[in-house]
Amino acid sequence: MSALLIAEHNNKEVKPFTLNAITAASQIDQDLHVLVIGCKADDVVKSISQTANVKKVIYIDNEIYENYLAENFTPVIVKQSENYSHIICSANTFGKNLMPRVAALLDSSQVSDVIKVISSDTFLRPIYAGNAFATVKSTDQKKCITIRPTSFDPASTSGGLAEIIKADSAEATSLTKFVKREEVKSDRPELGTARIVISGGRGMQSGENFKLITAVADKLNAAIGASRAAVDAGYITNDHQVGQTGKVVVPDLYIAVGISGAIQHLAGMKESKIIVAINKDGEAPIFSVADYGLEADLFEALPKFLEELNKLNTIQK
Amino acid sequence: MKILVAVKRVIDYNVQIRVKEDGTGVVTDNVKMSTNPPDDNAVEEAVRIKEAGKAKEIVAVTVGEDKAQETVRKALAVGADKGIHVKVDEIIEPLAVSKILHKIVEKEKPDLVFMGKQAIDDDCNQTGQMLAALLNWPQATFASKIDVKDKKLEVTREVDEGLETIEVNIPAIVTCDLRLNEPRYASLPNIMKAKKKPIEQINVSDLGVDTKQRIKQIKVEEPPKRKAGIKVANVEELVQKLKNEAKVI
Repeated sequence: MSALLIAEHNNKEVKPFTLNAITAASQIDQDLHVLVIGCKADDVVKSISQTANVKKVIYIDNEIYENYLAENFTPVIVKQSENYSHIICSANTFGKNLMPRVAALLDSSQVSDVIKVISSDTFLRPIYAGNAFATVKSTDQKKCITIRPTSFDPASTSGGLAEIIKADSAEATSLTKFVKREEVKSDRPELGTARIVISGGRGMQSGENFKLITAVADKLNAAIGASRAAVDAGYITNDHQVGQTGKVVVPDLYIAVGISGAIQHLAGMKESKIIVAINKDGEAPIFSVADYGLEADLFEALPKFLEELNKLNTIQK
Repeated sequence: MKILVAVKRVIDYNVQIRVKEDGTGVVTDNVKMSTNPPDDNAVEEAVRIKEAGKAKEIVAVTVGEDKAQETVRKALAVGADKGIHVKVDEIIEPLAVSKILHKIVEKEKPDLVFMGKQAIDDDCNQTGQMLAALLNWPQATFASKIDVKDKKLEVTREVDEGLETIEVNIPAIVTCDLRLNEPRYASLPNIMKAKKKPIEQINVSDLGVDTKQRIKQIKVEEPPKRKAGIKVANVEELVQKLKNEAKVI
């Protein structure tokens, strides 16, 4: 049997986490088909058909799918699932919202947040906010799986030559109505996919002081993150939150400034390749995960850091 | 309006998790247990809606061993009217929990079901969505704001792109984000009063629900430990290390 991956997109572009999920899905089953449910999403379909490892694209086009409501997506996914052993999606808010609704109707016990594919029925997943890893084996015939995107490399968007077929839509729901989406627009790289992330914590002391973080982020072309304490204190909006209840990030370089390193924050960043901690409390737990720790007053260290960076002319974009 | 709130007993979020040496799970003996944090937000929101005169009754339900009743008792102390404890001793998966809750919804006939968006033990993030599917009700997941309107809820959801607002018909399922509200503490008099509120006990075997485990837990292990690195003396050294040693800038 084959695997069916549900693509996330905004009808114009494929969302990057779908590419990571494609990599994981192709490790589960090489005969990977991608289901694109959307409204005038022809560009998305074309782009996925060219993505490596994708063997077939199934396209369902109807205006009722413009705003990707789970109540509307579920009936068509259930219908399409007939010929597949695995139904797969990324474990971000899109997939987390959608997949359990599908799984329940298929009477399948979902495996959430897979970080490693061991075999087609056995997976590694974090529990307790990444403080333990569980190896689990699904015994359901039809398996519903969500993939933690940051644990897999994105599939290449070229080299694929998948067949495209169209399929029928289902009836629209009257249960739920989309009202609006307030997207946070920014010229910066997205927090979830940025190569460098610099985050501030309670030690920043105010929202105004985040300009020190912003200046360094501008220089490094980095995304800006924050601890839950900084968000709760109102220094910065919650879409910047890194941690168990925020985003999980795995950049090449993570710089934690004025962040003590609560369990909840570490859960969101401790898989980063290189971690830098700047904190005046030498005993702060963040130092126990940092590759490079600088025990210093951030209000002196950050301007100095920017000054030193300015001396280098080799910042990679 | 009647609101059913589902609460789960989990290891307290401040406890450092320890993995059992035999790889069968995590240590729970003599470990502080609490209500799953976003479930507290779910209870709080239900109580606020009742206080605003928009709901008449709040029922708190939990599924688990005898001690899980503590979480229902806590919900009663902050304002729920009655409790239900579905007794299950084995580990059960979200799919089974959603089937149990489905039975409770058929029995209690609530207009709304609230629960936390995710339990901080198994981190599955499934039960609310699954229950919505089984009931064919709308789902408003990861809610950070709820407005009760006539026969509808307007819910703001925390999504990756920012915020999304949807309108769902009542009856509906809402799964709550930690940002929904600030849960109150129970006062001592209310804790005393809660002891007199009824908790109905139901044995899971009386519900006729298949709770068999579909997922075998093969082993639980500690994540690879990250070694602490070095402390640098100053910013200059830090920048040199990042450039020449780590080669990330």
